[in-house]
Amino acid sequence: MGRTLAEKVWDDHVVRSHEGEPDLLFIDLHLIHEVTSPQAFDGLRLAGRQVRRPDLTLATEDHNIPTTDLDKPIADIVSRTQVETLRRNAEEFGVRLHPMGDIDQGIVHVVGPQLGLTQPGMTIVCGDSHTATHGAFGSIAFGIGTSEVEHVLATQTLSQAKPKMMAVEVTGELPPDATAKDLILALIAQETTGGGQGYIVEYRGEAIRKLSMEARMTICNMSIEWGAKAGLIAPDQTTYDYLQGRPNAPKGAEWDAAVAYWDTLVSDDDAQFDKVVTIDASTVAPFVTWGTNPGQGVPLSASVPDPESFDDPIQREAAQKALTYMGLTAGTPMRDIKVDTVFIGSCTNGRIEDLRVAAKLIEGRKVAEDTRILVVPGSVRVRLQAEEEGLDVIFKEAGAEWRGAGCSMCLGMNPDQLTPGERSASTSNRNFEGRQGKGGRTHLVSPDVAVATGVLGHLASPADLPEMAGV
Amino acid sequence: MEKFTSHTGVGIPLRRSNVDTDQIIPAHWLKKVTRDGFEDGLFEAWRKDPDFILNKSPYDRATVLVAGPDFGTGSSREHAVWALQNYGFKVVLSSRFADIFRGNSGKSGLLAAQVDDKVIQRLWEYLESNPGATVTVDLESRTVKAGEGVDAIEDSFTIDDYTRWRLLEGLDDVGITLSHADDIAAYEAGRPSFKPATL
Repeated sequence: MGRTLAEKVWDDHVVRSHEGEPDLLFIDLHLIHEVTSPQAFDGLRLAGRQVRRPDLTLATEDHNIPTTDLDKPIADIVSRTQVETLRRNAEEFGVRLHPMGDIDQGIVHVVGPQLGLTQPGMTIVCGDSHTATHGAFGSIAFGIGTSEVEHVLATQTLSQAKPKMMAVEVTGELPPDATAKDLILALIAQETTGGGQGYIVEYRGEAIRKLSMEARMTICNMSIEWGAKAGLIAPDQTTYDYLQGRPNAPKGAEWDAAVAYWDTLVSDDDAQFDKVVTIDASTVAPFVTWGTNPGQGVPLSASVPDPESFDDPIQREAAQKALTYMGLTAGTPMRDIKVDTVFIGSCTNGRIEDLRVAAKLIEGRKVAEDTRILVVPGSVRVRLQAEEEGLDVIFKEAGAEWRGAGCSMCLGMNPDQLTPGERSASTSNRNFEGRQGKGGRTHLVSPDVAVATGVLGHLASPADLPEMAGV
Repeated sequence: MEKFTSHTGVGIPLRRSNVDTDQIIPAHWLKKVTRDGFEDGLFEAWRKDPDFILNKSPYDRATVLVAGPDFGTGSSREHAVWALQNYGFKVVLSSRFADIFRGNSGKSGLLAAQVDDKVIQRLWEYLESNPGATVTVDLESRTVKAGEGVDAIEDSFTIDDYTRWRLLEGLDDVGITLSHADDIAAYEAGRPSFKPATL
């Protein structure tokens, strides 16, 4: 019987398989950052253990660091201690680290692909749930807890029960006004936050094949938001074109050998999926969330739903609680919702392509009064590339803030936070209560919707923007 | 890790679905570099409300958390498990757990026991009508029990065999894996040379 793409990658990494036990999988790349690693290194020290494969480990600073005043020490002492702990651990255990100020520093899920370390057919883990981002290259990539970080550091393996296999068939073509972010938000709303639990999902179909690597990363990034263990996409010429020439990509004969292997990484025609889900891309429109989990979303053209419209009592209660927290009234058109802050960035939408789209849209326009736009590149190299293309100037002329690289306002653990009651349109991945700061209210959106919202001051899509004179 | 065989303790009904790990322990607590001291951050935002159930006696002494579906979604932070344990929780019951949270629980010795949604509903009603009542969770027999007589609640729970064995024995994962060091070395010897390296 044929195998799925994920089964092929899985099988190629089994170190040990024993009846009644999870498989022991070899890990090709372990990414670490300051937040989920200190207790893992402590565990190694206590047991007198070493990092087994520092040559398959990479550390970067991203979660708790500021995106302004980068030349000064981190003002928050607790954050500074955590970052200094990572630096000490990296030095003691011989792990390569890209600290603040380094040209390869950035969000861990932006840095891996940009260095060419993320390649097809790998197993990649990180103490961060958005690790599935790397699945865009046809790898099995997933987030792990700190005990597992310690386990990988010590053994370069993980014990894992094989998840079930799911195919997400994306039929049709995305309309011109819809993006990869809209597609994944619509899929999560369709399948709910628990729909992917227990599965590795493969995103397939013509609409997926036509997406750039950046867009594929946006899709795979949010696999965890509908509960999936991992999400991946079969590699193709788009993948190879993105990889070739990057610092850590194979070269010469190694490249040819790698491509010969990567070409085998497709689900066989007779592969059996445990579940198949279908979404018609041609029906996807700009999509926004109204609630406090990523499954609570609607098309921008819709209104805030009435909790009574949910048949399931648990969903009804969740909707009621969400509307109270979000300060929204059922029936309000989404476009009427005023927004204080727009955040463009994160491992979901902080890559160069996202910034290009945003800059093109905002060029010649101004940020609305009483609204602010924060643009935070996903890595230092993304920032430098954008500056080379003059995107920073476009953002600044429009009245947006141009920041240093990091996780920033995606999560409330660095200085970039919402204040209680403040409402954001955010290109990040989570709208949980307090996610962007205590009491903050988050609407998840695409970069396109983010810019239109920032210009108009309320949730909006590019189609709502007035034509510019002379265009 | 301590061995886990059976636990009896005060149950607390948490009538919420999709309790994500940002709610269990907000991000600003994640700057700590130790595994302890997270108890005050547990459900921090909700505990600001005096009516939140964990603020009420005798529920504040609970060690068995009975939660709605999709518990532990979102961020991979194991700090969520540590916060529950630091507060005193030994068991979480839910009809559906997020994968990473379930995995983290097993590694740290918190029992994440999956029960039928109907059992959760009955436990909620029972614990609300009988504040301070206890729930017994037995890992050996995979059963959850509460109440007495005709209204007694007794049902089985689901946990994978391997995690159950490790919890019962209190085994250290890294130690188990390192006993297979030869297998790891053999695998490493056969890896293709085109695979990337960071050094």
